Amino acid sequence: MKIAITSTGNSLESKLDQRFGRCAYFIIYDTETKGIEIIPNPNKDVEEGAGPASVNLVASRNVKKIVSGAFGVKIKSLIDSLKIQMIVLKETDKTVQDIIDMLNK
Amino acid sequence: MKIAIASGKGGTGKTFVATNIFYALLKNNHSVVLVDCDAEAPDSIGFFRTKIENSFDVVQKVPVIDLNSCTYCSKCKDYCNYNAIFILPPIKFIQVIEELCHGCGACSVACTFGAIKEKPVSLGKVNTYILNGKNQLIEACMNIGVMSPVQIIKAAIKEINYKYDIAVLDSPPGTSCPFIHTTAAADFVILVTEPTPFGLSDLKQSVETLKEMNKKFGVIINRAGLGNNDVYKYIKYENIPLLLEIPFDKEIAALYSAGIIVSEYYSEIRKNFYEMTKKIMEQYGNCGD
Repeated sequence: MKIAITSTGNSLESKLDQRFGRCAYFIIYDTETKGIEIIPNPNKDVEEGAGPASVNLVASRNVKKIVSGAFGVKIKSLIDSLKIQMIVLKETDKTVQDIIDMLNK
Repeated sequence: MKIAIASGKGGTGKTFVATNIFYALLKNNHSVVLVDCDAEAPDSIGFFRTKIENSFDVVQKVPVIDLNSCTYCSKCKDYCNYNAIFILPPIKFIQVIEELCHGCGACSVACTFGAIKEKPVSLGKVNTYILNGKNQLIEACMNIGVMSPVQIIKAAIKEINYKYDIAVLDSPPGTSCPFIHTTAAADFVILVTEPTPFGLSDLKQSVETLKEMNKKFGVIINRAGLGNNDVYKYIKYENIPLLLEIPFDKEIAALYSAGIIVSEYYSEIRKNFYEMTKKIMEQYGNCGD
C-alpha cells in the first residue's frame, strides 16, 4: 500500500509539512516494496484549489493513506469518495523517516 | 452622485458614517439611496424602521456532469482555471468542487460530448426596502460558505432604480476585491479611520489602492482624541482632505450600539454630516451622474 507524507524538504530527514495542499514535497512510501518517491508539490503556490489538486496528484499514484498536519474542508468529500484515509499528525518535530518507522511498527 | 464609505480597518465606523449621511440628507429633503455592500455582515438597514419590499437570489451556474456521456477526456479540467473539476480517468472518477467554481462556463465550452449541464446555485440575496415612499435601502447578503461576495455586491449596486441625489455605498472592510468593486462604482470615496496605529496602517493601504484606481477621496477621522497625531500628519503630508472629525465619545457609542442614528439626537452632528456631504456634492458631484 502507498502512503503519502507531506514533507518540508526532499529527504527522509526533512520534517513533516503541517499543510496538506500547499506542502513543499510529497514523499510517497510503499509499504510492500519499501520504496520511496519524492515529488515536489506543483500546487504549492496556486491561487485556489491547492487541496483538491494535491488529492488528484496523490490519488493518481494510487495512494491510500495521507499523513499531514492539517487537511482543508474542500477535500473531505473527495477523500471519502476515493476511500483515502487521512492521518493527522500534530507532532511538528517528526521527520519523514520517524513517520515511516511509526507506520512500520 | 455615488459616494462609497470605506476603510481598510474594520470597526472604524463605516456603517456609522453611512447611516448618518443617509439620515442627514433625508432630513434635508434629498432623495437618498443607501446600499449596504458589506455582504458578509450587513447591518445598515437595522437602523431604520422599514419593511422589506423585494428580495431575490444572486445565482451562479455550476456544472453538473452527466456520467453516461462523460468520456473522462479531462478537457474540462484543463479549461478550468480554478481547480474546480477533479478527475481521475484511470478509475473513471469525476467530481465538481462547487466551492471553487467561479461560474465562468469554460468547462461547458470545453466539453464536446454534451456531458456538462449547468445548475443554478444561490450565492446570496439582494434585499430592497423603501423608506418614506421615495428612498431606497438595498442590502447585499451573502450565504454562509460562499467564497466571494463580489457578485452579490455588484447585483446590489445594480439594483439602484430610484431617482436619487446621493447614493451611499457602505463598503466591506479591507482593501481586496469586495472593497474594490464597491469603491469602483463610486464617484467619491470617504475613508473612515481612527487615530490609532492600526487605523493609520490600514488607511495607508486604502489610500494606495484608491490612488491606483484613480479615485477621488477624503478622510473622516472617527474617535478623534484617541491615540496619537500620526494619522493627521499622514493625511497632511499626502494632501488628503480631512472631511470631518467625530469625537471619541461614550454617549455616541452608547446610542449607536442601541441601534439609534446619532444624528437623530444631536442636531450638531447631523449638521456636520449634511454640510460635509453638500460640499462633496458641490466639489465632486458633476462627474458621472
